[in-house]
Amino acid sequence: MSDASEVNRGPVVTPVRVVIALCLVAPFVAMLWVGSYAKTDPAIAGIPFFYWYQMLWVLISTALTMIAYKLWQRDQRGRRGGSK
Amino acid sequence: MNDGVNGVALGVFIFFFLAVTVMGFLAARWRKAENEHSLDEWGLGGRSFGTWVTWFLLGGDLYTAYTFVAVPAAIYAAGAAGFFAVPYTILVYPLIFTFLPRLWSVSHKHGYVTTSDFVRGRFGSKGLSLAVAVTGILATMPYIALQLVGIQAVLDVMGVGGGENTNWFIKDLPLLIAFGVLAAYTYSSGLRAPALIAFVKDTLIYIVIAVAIIYIPIKLGGFDEIFAKAGEAYSQTNPATGAPRGALVPAEAGQWTYATLALGSALALFMYPHSITATLSSRSREVIRRNTTILPLYSLMLGLLALLGFMAIAAGIKVQNGQLAIPQLFENMFPDWFAGVAFAAIGIGALVPAAIMSIAAANLFTRNIYKDFIKPDATPAQETKVSKIVSLLVKVGALVFVLTMDKTVAINFQLLGGIWILQTFPALVGGLFTRWFHRWALLAGWAVGMIYGTVAAYGVASPTQKHFGGSAKEIPGIGEIGYIGLTAFVLNVVVTVVLTFVLKAAKAPEGVDETRPEDYTADAGDPGVEAELPPATAGKTH
Repeated sequence: MSDASEVNRGPVVTPVRVVIALCLVAPFVAMLWVGSYAKTDPAIAGIPFFYWYQMLWVLISTALTMIAYKLWQRDQRGRRGGSK
Repeated sequence: MNDGVNGVALGVFIFFFLAVTVMGFLAARWRKAENEHSLDEWGLGGRSFGTWVTWFLLGGDLYTAYTFVAVPAAIYAAGAAGFFAVPYTILVYPLIFTFLPRLWSVSHKHGYVTTSDFVRGRFGSKGLSLAVAVTGILATMPYIALQLVGIQAVLDVMGVGGGENTNWFIKDLPLLIAFGVLAAYTYSSGLRAPALIAFVKDTLIYIVIAVAIIYIPIKLGGFDEIFAKAGEAYSQTNPATGAPRGALVPAEAGQWTYATLALGSALALFMYPHSITATLSSRSREVIRRNTTILPLYSLMLGLLALLGFMAIAAGIKVQNGQLAIPQLFENMFPDWFAGVAFAAIGIGALVPAAIMSIAAANLFTRNIYKDFIKPDATPAQETKVSKIVSLLVKVGALVFVLTMDKTVAINFQLLGGIWILQTFPALVGGLFTRWFHRWALLAGWAVGMIYGTVAAYGVASPTQKHFGGSAKEIPGIGEIGYIGLTAFVLNVVVTVVLTFVLKAAKAPEGVDETRPEDYTADAGDPGVEAELPPATAGKTH
């Protein structure tokens, strides 16, 4: 492995990195905008919207973090590979 | 409440308790390293934990017994407002994805055991490092106390907590025993004990939640029925405030509070020493990143658990002390033996974080107070010894706290602790990304945040308390009600930035930075980063 495993060669801002950033920022926008989900309808199986929507976001944000993780890995691998 | 002892439940509870006790002592032999007399060994489990152990350890650490009792209790008391714990834990993971791997790398490279170690190394300031250490210890103590409150709640419902008129010794004996056992195996096995017990704890918790979320709604006539009854209960006027008890959905006015509480708590969580201890015990940087993608499973569980608060209302549970709502719900709804399993889950759920928290506080004391200020030439063996003793003292302190003072005191301090610990964010996370901030400016910002937060929290009155009645207050300049910790944090950052400009202009000494940019991205296998660090002297800089 190289001395620094996260190599920063090449441009700092790339389309992939923008996507990574969006994946990480999206949960903040969704969750802090409380007004967008502070309502009871539509309910699913008797659970008001307010509650199931936030629990759904647990899954969405997990998926987004996972995507960010995979993209980041690929980004790093690509950069390291390219420099050798 | 105490209509006799629930024998079956108690038996099951004791069975699980004995099982984890044996595990706790045996843990010392688990993945044992050659040098057991270093703080890395005792206090960080040899920094050897892989993805799954770390996942269990962090889960066991962050989602504490108190969380299990308090989150549904908050829902039980006021409805939607208590659900902020879910967005809070959603936001934690994208957040730590960005900075924890950097902390892991720099800590491994320099042998840092605590966040204060890092702050001292980065900013060359023992004063700033002391501030971070003291804040960490202060914030952790009441947290440990609350774990004991969690065990107490369970014991109470099982009928062994004793009534008001029993002798205090008999009344507190079960708690004392639980506590003594915890202290003994933490002392002998260090971080390995909670890591191993966390497996049992989480398995039990997952089983209990899965059963509760299916079984109880069936008994209560479905979620429709549960939410209808809960909505009705919230609309009743609370005689103490003259306002409705709560709501199923936060009203316009409560939305700022909801969002700021979620954000502020998310920022604060990984400032707590026990979160960092569990993080640094992992084997590699990848383990941490991978964990940010699997830890949210716990958030889902937390969300389901929160719904139990509504079920407690629908089941007609009436308790004076909201903390007892969930244990009482289990007692009423489940057959005795399964109630015992549920209580064991909560009880063991208290032991894991209490052990990690006391280890984390002890590490802070040893590294950043004892070694920096009292005995700079301490050997690794001495460090470990001091840490072990301090971990005992911390727990005894928490116990005295719980036994001698009203529970509300512990809760108040825990609330303050959250506000305080958030004030170390600029020094720690700021420091991980930039050396631009001036160390004195960081110290001043920290002080301002601490003072504002404390004073503001002191001034919050509730129907039952004159001071520390809540953690939300009007945000100066905006006029909305928001989390005090977040307001203090913003103030802290503003002071830090402004003073950094001033101090730089005045050419105040910057202090020595012992880290290099590549230290922040180093991974296991790189030169200077050994998978298993030699005794804590690895990063010795004195």
